[in-house]
Amino acid sequence: MPANNEKNNLGGTQFNLGAFLTKNSMTIALVVVFILFYFLTNGRLLYAQNMSNLLLQNGYVLVMACGMLLCILTGGNIDLSVGSVICMVGGVAAVMITNNGMNIFLTILVCLLLGLAAGIWQGYWIGYVRIPPFITTLGGMFIFRGIGRLVLDSKTVSVQDATFLNIFTAYIKIPGLDSDGRILSPLVVGIVAVVIILYSTFSSRANKAKKGYRQNSALSDYGRSVVISAVLLVYCYMLSQYKGISVMLVWVVVICLIYNFITSRTAFGRYFYAVGGNEKATQLSGINTNKVYFIAYANMGFLAGLCGLLCLARVGSVNGSTGTSFEMDAIGSCFIGGASAYGGSGTVPGVIIGALLLGVINMGMSIMGIGDSWQYIVKGGVLLVAVIFDVVSSRKSGK
Amino acid sequence: MADIILEMKAITKEFPGVKALDNVNLVVERGEIHALIGENGAGKSTLMNVLSGTYPAGSYDGEIYYNGELCQFKTLKDSEAKGIVIIHQELALIPLLTIGENMFLGNEKKDRFGNIDWDMTYNEAETHMRQVGLNESAQTLIKDIGTGKQQLVEIAKAFSKNVKLLILDEPTSSLNDEDAKMLLDLLMEFKKNGLTSIIITHKLNEIIYCADQATIIRDGSTIETLVKGVDEFSEDRIIKGMVGRSMDDRYPAREHHVREEIGLEVKNWTVHHPLYHEKVVDKDISFHVHKGEVIGFSGLQGAGRTELAMSIFGRSYGSGISGELYLDGQKVDLKSPEQAIRHKLAYVTEDRKTNGLILGESIRFNTTLARLDKICANGVIDTTKEKNVAEEMKEAMGTKTPSVEQKVGNLSGGNQQKALLGKWMFTEPDVLILDEPTRGIDVGAKYDIYCLINQMVEEGKSVIMISSEMPELIGMCDRIYIMNEGELRGELDAKEATQEKIMSHIISADK
Repeated sequence: MPANNEKNNLGGTQFNLGAFLTKNSMTIALVVVFILFYFLTNGRLLYAQNMSNLLLQNGYVLVMACGMLLCILTGGNIDLSVGSVICMVGGVAAVMITNNGMNIFLTILVCLLLGLAAGIWQGYWIGYVRIPPFITTLGGMFIFRGIGRLVLDSKTVSVQDATFLNIFTAYIKIPGLDSDGRILSPLVVGIVAVVIILYSTFSSRANKAKKGYRQNSALSDYGRSVVISAVLLVYCYMLSQYKGISVMLVWVVVICLIYNFITSRTAFGRYFYAVGGNEKATQLSGINTNKVYFIAYANMGFLAGLCGLLCLARVGSVNGSTGTSFEMDAIGSCFIGGASAYGGSGTVPGVIIGALLLGVINMGMSIMGIGDSWQYIVKGGVLLVAVIFDVVSSRKSGK
Repeated sequence: MADIILEMKAITKEFPGVKALDNVNLVVERGEIHALIGENGAGKSTLMNVLSGTYPAGSYDGEIYYNGELCQFKTLKDSEAKGIVIIHQELALIPLLTIGENMFLGNEKKDRFGNIDWDMTYNEAETHMRQVGLNESAQTLIKDIGTGKQQLVEIAKAFSKNVKLLILDEPTSSLNDEDAKMLLDLLMEFKKNGLTSIIITHKLNEIIYCADQATIIRDGSTIETLVKGVDEFSEDRIIKGMVGRSMDDRYPAREHHVREEIGLEVKNWTVHHPLYHEKVVDKDISFHVHKGEVIGFSGLQGAGRTELAMSIFGRSYGSGISGELYLDGQKVDLKSPEQAIRHKLAYVTEDRKTNGLILGESIRFNTTLARLDKICANGVIDTTKEKNVAEEMKEAMGTKTPSVEQKVGNLSGGNQQKALLGKWMFTEPDVLILDEPTRGIDVGAKYDIYCLINQMVEEGKSVIMISSEMPELIGMCDRIYIMNEGELRGELDAKEATQEKIMSHIISADK
């Protein structure tokens, strides 16, 4: 066995530029687009305020995309109803808080359960009755939008309750680190994160070396973590230059980390890949595939409910058309981020890259003063190009 | 001198790793019914696909002469233009379209503006339908007529293409005796009008009834052609030709240690079709397998063996399942594959690509899928452990691959089969059901798998082997059960079993 591994090590240490480019194509695209807009906006894209807003504006997309990824993994199935769930949940929250003055925490709990209930409703039909997801969620899209409008009585309801807004949108102030003049907490958080990243890279390599496993070249492993660390530090520095870390950002980062863990490390997460890869084989391996579908959609409903709260807090109000076409941003992020349209492949980091790519395009064009219409055209084009690239390159490598 | 309509010379066709046809010759005379016989996988269908252009010229070696001229068909359309029409076992009709629409699908009757001329379509359709004795309206939907009539529609469709040479692949497999006889009589009627037919069938009595000549194919080679009235033309003679291969040491020797204890026993097992609940797929079947024993299930495709196995494996097939199942002497009721796996039962599917493996994922991923809990702590996968067990299984199965991270889809058939076996060995089964474990893999890999089977029974496991290759069953099993049309037809001790005996058990059901 050791002899075998030595051979593998040789294969692993070579650096292959072509493979590197294909594997990281979307990251490279993100960098290229970023640089492009940096120049097109005369550097304004990189202003601390814009950088801070980039993640906050797209926070809801990231959260939804994590849930959408699970649906897409099961076989390229999408959930069209999330935008409407956002409207319904946001509407209920706004009415509970503003019109009825109800307890904030009770409201949040009710709203999260409401999102989950919407998800369970759809998950049941999709998972156990096997109604096609497209039809089920198209139905949900109309139903939940309608309920949202009923609740709002077709009006715009705003929320000014400080407790509610603080839970989602306040900026974190740590006594001693942050004062009015200087904000140091982002830097501290950044440095801690970098230390964790570098240490885990090091320890995972040491662990693999000890057990004689195949590993990537040192250049690619360390190179990757150094680049990520550098980006993180720069970003944290920018946050410290603006208002610091928003609670919203914490919510988003925590969700992304949880779903990354679920999809990459747990048995439960693996079922989604298995179902998308070959449902029949998965079934015969003793896995309840109905349940997998059910959970994918129940979970999507829950996350859409959370997004409803995030959107309400960020915008401050909700009306009958809140959330329109948000589902398309989430779906687009997944496909741009390399999730297969046939299911079975896709990662949370990929989805984050996809969402950021869309976000940078949006923001860059907004700064340049280019209107909505063009943004739609460009976003659509990027989505198509990304998927064409994915399909063609996987065809070439004979996947 | 006979009038030769078709001559296929030295046809050789290879698939990656498998030689499906090796130097096959076929001569068909004008105006005869020519039977093509052989076991499952002998190469009959491949040969007909070569002839019809489904496998285009250039993808095989050898020459095809039709009406004396060399033909190089690139597509099905090319061969149809010459009047060669093939009717497959699975009918290519669309249930929700009418008979007329189906008959001219892809070949629509159009007026000069390019619109479909429905009057002409239905009129011509009915003309051809009358030729085959169908009196339905051409506007009847396909789903509303029975299988027997659907078969006739296919033949009528062939007539609409001006057929000269009609090839029928197992035309009577889904028909009852009456419909089957009607179809054969019809073919003999057409013969008088000069139509040439090639008929592929397992039912030897039908061959005796209608064929003028019979060519026997075995293991991808032509063995002989029997001519009615010249050679002996009997079922026994044909069986001898079909199975007459030698049984040298293709099977590793095993010391037989069949133990007293019974590993699995099934009593009065009846299974209904999952969609058509009134259709019985397996009828009142009882069998058992001891620990340390290999039993085989022999039968033709559609005998209900796979359905039997899958219904036992946590009801993964069928509806209205009744009967009793005992594992290790305990009566159990397995409601899902998960419960079956918990009770140490494993089913290794006959169709590794569709039902067995996740081709886009690695060997590691596939190996652990059925028992992820074994490498998990609190639902979190221990990746180090996973890699280790995948490596162990790879070594134990002798899977040839650079790494367990290799995608299963990139492996050869034999190595995929080993990866699939590894996956099920990882579930630590006591009873293994192997469904066609050596289908589509080369001789070397077959031998490896036989050795693995011997090793399993050596450890006291029970192995149930379903196979369409009779020599394999005779070579590997202790006992052989024979099934046909959903019923158990007999049981033979492997020592006394011969292919002729097995075949006659199967055939006797059809008489």
